[in-house]
Amino acid sequence: MTNDQINQAILQIISVIAPDEDLSHLKSDVALREQLELDSMDFLDIVMELRKRYKVEVPEADYGHLASLDSCVAYLAPKLKDL
Amino acid sequence: MNNRRRIVITGIGLTSPNGNTLAEYRANLLKGVSGVVWFETRYMGKVLAGVCNYDPLKYQLKKEVRRGTRAGSIAIYCAQEAMADSTLGFPSLDKSRIGVYLGITEHGNVETENEIYNISQYNYDTKFWSHHHNPRTVANSPAGEVTLNMGITGPHYTIGAACAAGNAGLIQGVQMLLLDEVDVAVAGGVSESIHTFGIFASFASQGALASHADPARASRPFDRDRNGIVCSEGGCVFVLERLDHAEARGARIYGEIVGHHMNSDASDFVLPNAQRHIECMQAALKRAGIGPQDIDIVSTHATATPLGDIQECQALRTVFADCPKTHFNNTKSFIGHAMGAAGALELAGNLPSFDDGIVHPTINVDHLDPQCEVPNLVLNSPQKLPRVDYILNNSSGMLGINSVVVVKRI
Repeated sequence: MTNDQINQAILQIISVIAPDEDLSHLKSDVALREQLELDSMDFLDIVMELRKRYKVEVPEADYGHLASLDSCVAYLAPKLKDL
Repeated sequence: MNNRRRIVITGIGLTSPNGNTLAEYRANLLKGVSGVVWFETRYMGKVLAGVCNYDPLKYQLKKEVRRGTRAGSIAIYCAQEAMADSTLGFPSLDKSRIGVYLGITEHGNVETENEIYNISQYNYDTKFWSHHHNPRTVANSPAGEVTLNMGITGPHYTIGAACAAGNAGLIQGVQMLLLDEVDVAVAGGVSESIHTFGIFASFASQGALASHADPARASRPFDRDRNGIVCSEGGCVFVLERLDHAEARGARIYGEIVGHHMNSDASDFVLPNAQRHIECMQAALKRAGIGPQDIDIVSTHATATPLGDIQECQALRTVFADCPKTHFNNTKSFIGHAMGAAGALELAGNLPSFDDGIVHPTINVDHLDPQCEVPNLVLNSPQKLPRVDYILNNSSGMLGINSVVVVKRI
């Protein structure tokens, strides 16, 4: 997957988890929790969707990498490059 | 009795397979409109069910609907509707003095079935089991979702009482007001049961699931050709207050809960016991300080099982012998069996009789079973009475639980 595709995949997951939010003006370098109403259960949903959709495992120690869109893409790019 | 010891209904919110407001529901009960439809369910294919079509987004965000449960969503809709109907002015209330007491038959089956199906798609790897499952399946969750949605900080819990749960929730609210635990009780019952395949499969295995080519005619309590239960979802929540509090603010009062009782058959897991049912009705009447001859409408429990209907009618003929004023009806013939919501919904559908004097019927009786003959059983068409002052509401359930509530016109 390209970085752009990864970015779109994350946005798609977030749109399911936070269906009331407007994602069109999200800043990619700002923490998602500062822009959206997301709690720890929501982040576990992101981890679960990555597991279900892309067979990617995100260990608990790496949860911090999911803080922003940019950090998600940077973290996932090597894991998803062959998809 | 001083008015602090008298408990009244000042708000009603409901969703039923044939109505999402009391007015709509009542109109359909008077017009003979059913709410039973064909419903697609996992592993069972098409089944007959009562399905609600209230708008979950009226009071919930999409995220809340996604994170919570169907029972919680129904509870939120009904509680919000009831609170608005009460005109209590919710924002100004002391939220710590509001309690939420909801009857349920069961909870957690929907989510557990869904999760087992979900992980079956991943070779039963439990890494795919949702972290939402625990909060979704704790038994208090339908009531807890109401407190989260409305910001209520008083007590909340559910009461598991099988198909008597709707009455049980109401009774619990009455008792908590009498104990001065709260000043407002949000009380009733909810059901999400149709969203499990298990309830349909279990009733089918028991030979207790109704079948009929026409869904609207499938639920046939007292009819000679009845053949079982139609499962339904639904909810009904009442706002309860002490009478002095309601009168002080000029509240509209639907009725006063003057009597109630619950007991246990202690005889069988599923078969009802007419004698215990008789005792339950008599105890409720005694608590109300009235006799059976004072009751104008008995809302029967009857679920359209061959034996259950007969047992109830035996009990009714005994308790209400020589009661020329007493009329009998049934709501399950319209909407099926709404499980945890049944008692509450069935009472609510009769309360407007205090104003209009009309008894809604039990429908789908083409040939009355001779063993279900009860004087003044109102069949198929509504009946106008000169006046309605007392309603007695019966609900019974598995493991031999019986409940009776008596409501008086004010």
